[in-house]
Amino acid sequence: MATLQTRASARLMMTPAVVLLLLWMAVPLAMTLYFSMLRYNLLMPGMEEWAGFLNYRFFLTDPAFFAGLLNTLLLVGGVLAISVGGGILMALLLDQPFFGQGLVRLMVIAPFFVMPTVSALVWKNMLMHPVNGLFAWLARTFGLQPVDWFGQAPLFSIVMIVSWQWLPFATLILLTALQSLDSEQKEAAEMDGAGALSRFIYIVLPHMARAITVVVLIETIFLLSVFAEILVTTNGGPGVQTTTVTYLVYVQALLQFDVGGASAGGIVAVVLANIVAIFLVRLIGKNLD
Amino acid sequence: MARSIPTRTRLGFTLVGWLVGLLIFFPILWTVLTSFKSEGTAIATPPQFLFFQWTAENYAEVNSRSDYFKHFMNSVVISVGSTLLGLLIAIPAAWAMAFAPTKRTKDVLLWMLSTKMLPAVGVLVPIYLLFRDTGLLDTRIGLTAVLTMSNLPIIVWMLYTYFREIPGDILEAARMDGASLAKEIVYVLTPMAVPGIASTLLLNIILAWNEAFWTLNLTAAKAAPLTAFIASYSSPEGLFWAKLSAASTLAIAPILVLGWFSQRQLVRGLTFGAVK
Repeated sequence: MATLQTRASARLMMTPAVVLLLLWMAVPLAMTLYFSMLRYNLLMPGMEEWAGFLNYRFFLTDPAFFAGLLNTLLLVGGVLAISVGGGILMALLLDQPFFGQGLVRLMVIAPFFVMPTVSALVWKNMLMHPVNGLFAWLARTFGLQPVDWFGQAPLFSIVMIVSWQWLPFATLILLTALQSLDSEQKEAAEMDGAGALSRFIYIVLPHMARAITVVVLIETIFLLSVFAEILVTTNGGPGVQTTTVTYLVYVQALLQFDVGGASAGGIVAVVLANIVAIFLVRLIGKNLD
Repeated sequence: MARSIPTRTRLGFTLVGWLVGLLIFFPILWTVLTSFKSEGTAIATPPQFLFFQWTAENYAEVNSRSDYFKHFMNSVVISVGSTLLGLLIAIPAAWAMAFAPTKRTKDVLLWMLSTKMLPAVGVLVPIYLLFRDTGLLDTRIGLTAVLTMSNLPIIVWMLYTYFREIPGDILEAARMDGASLAKEIVYVLTPMAVPGIASTLLLNIILAWNEAFWTLNLTAAKAAPLTAFIASYSSPEGLFWAKLSAASTLAIAPILVLGWFSQRQLVRGLTFGAVK
C-alpha cells in the first residue's frame, strides 16, 4: 500500500521527466505555431510581420505540397506493403527449424542497425549505379538493359532502400509474435485435417493480427519522418519527384530560410502524424490495463 | 513438444533460409568486401567478389585524411551521453510509475509516448533558431540534449515495462524492515533492475548512434557524428567506393554487434511493451 510519503516522493521522482518533456514539446511547438502566423524570412531580418493564415494558404496550395503529400503516401504505403508482407513471409520461414537458424536470423535483422546515411549511399552507389553498380552488371549478365534507378524511378528506389531497413524490424516483431503461438493449437488443427494454408489463415494470421497492427503503426510514425535517405540520394529531386512533406519543410526552413512557411508546413506535418498517433496510443493504452 | 521434422524438409528450409538470409545481408557483406579493395577494383566490371588483391589502405586513408576518429568520438559522446542522461532522468520516473501508480499514471505514460510521435520537422525551426541564438549549433552538448529529449519517452517506457515485472512484495518487505527509500533503491531495486536498465541502455545507444535527422540538421564540421560524416560522401566528387565502404564499415560495425546482442530487447523497446 502506498503511503502518503511514498506518494509524495513518487511525484517528486516523476517531476524532472515530466517537466522536461513538457518543455521539449510545448515550447518549440508553441513557437512553431507562432512563427507559422508570421511573414518571417531569415534573409530579411527585421521585416517580420503578422500574416495570419497566409503561410498555410501558400503551403497548402503550393504544387510542391501536393506532390510532397502524394510522395509521402507512396513512400509510407510502399514500404509498409513490402516490409509487412515480406516480414510475414520471413517470420514464417525463420520459425521453421533448420540448420544455422540463429546465424540466418542475425543476418536478416542486420540491416536495421545500419545507419540511414550508410545504407542510402551504399545502395545508391554500389548497388544501383547505372554503369558500375552490381544491379547493372547483373542486368547485363542476363542480357538486359541496366536500369538507371534514380533517373527513371527515383521514388521507387528510395522505397527499396527504406524497405530494406525496415523489413528486419517487421520480421523480428512478427517472429516474436509467431513464437508465442501455442503449438498445440496448430497441431490440433492439423489433426482435424486443416491444410497448411487454412491453418495460416484461420490460426496464425489472427494470432499475429495485433503484432501486425503494431508494426504498421510504429513504422508509419518513423516513415513519415524519413529524411536522411532522401537528402543523400536525390535531394528531393529530380524536380519534386522524391520530395516528401518532411523534406519540403526542411527545404523551406534551412535552404530558403522561410521561417513562416516552414513553420506552417511543420504544423501540417504534426497534424498528419497525429492522425496515426491517435490509433497507436489507443492500441498501446488498451494493452496497459 | 517439438515435432520431428523429416530431414529432407529440414534441408529444404535450410537452403531457402540461407539463400534469403544471404540476400538480405548482401549489401552489408558487399560493403565490407569493397572496403578491402583498391578504388580501381571497387568499380571493376565484372565485380570482384573474393579473389582480388586484399588491402587495408582504405582504412588508413580514411583515418588520416578525414579526421575520422574525431567524428567517431562525436558519435560515442553524443550517443552514450544522451543515453546516460536519459537514464538519469527516466529511472526515478519509471520507478515511481511502476511501484507507486496513481490514477493518472497511465495518462502520463501515454502522453509521454505521444511526444515521441511528434514529427521532428514540427519543431525543427524553433530548435534551429534557439540553437543558433544560444551558440549551441554544431556542438556536442546541444546535440546530446536534443537526443536525450527525443529518446526520453522510449527510455521511460522500456524501464517501466521492466520495472513492472519486479514483484512489489519484495519492496514491501524491505520497507517493513525499515529500509529507507534510498536504501530500497540501491540495495533492493537496483540489482533486480540491472538487466532491464542494461538493455534499455543498449537499445538507446543504438537509436542515438543511428539518429539521422537532428544530427544532419544541427551539426556541421565540428560536432558532426558519423551519420553526418558519411553523408558528406554523397557529393559527386566524393565517389570513392572503397573509401566510402571503409568509412561505412567502421561506422556500422560496433553498433551491429551491440544490435545483435540486444535483438530480443529491441522488440519490447520499440513496441512499447505491446509485443513481447
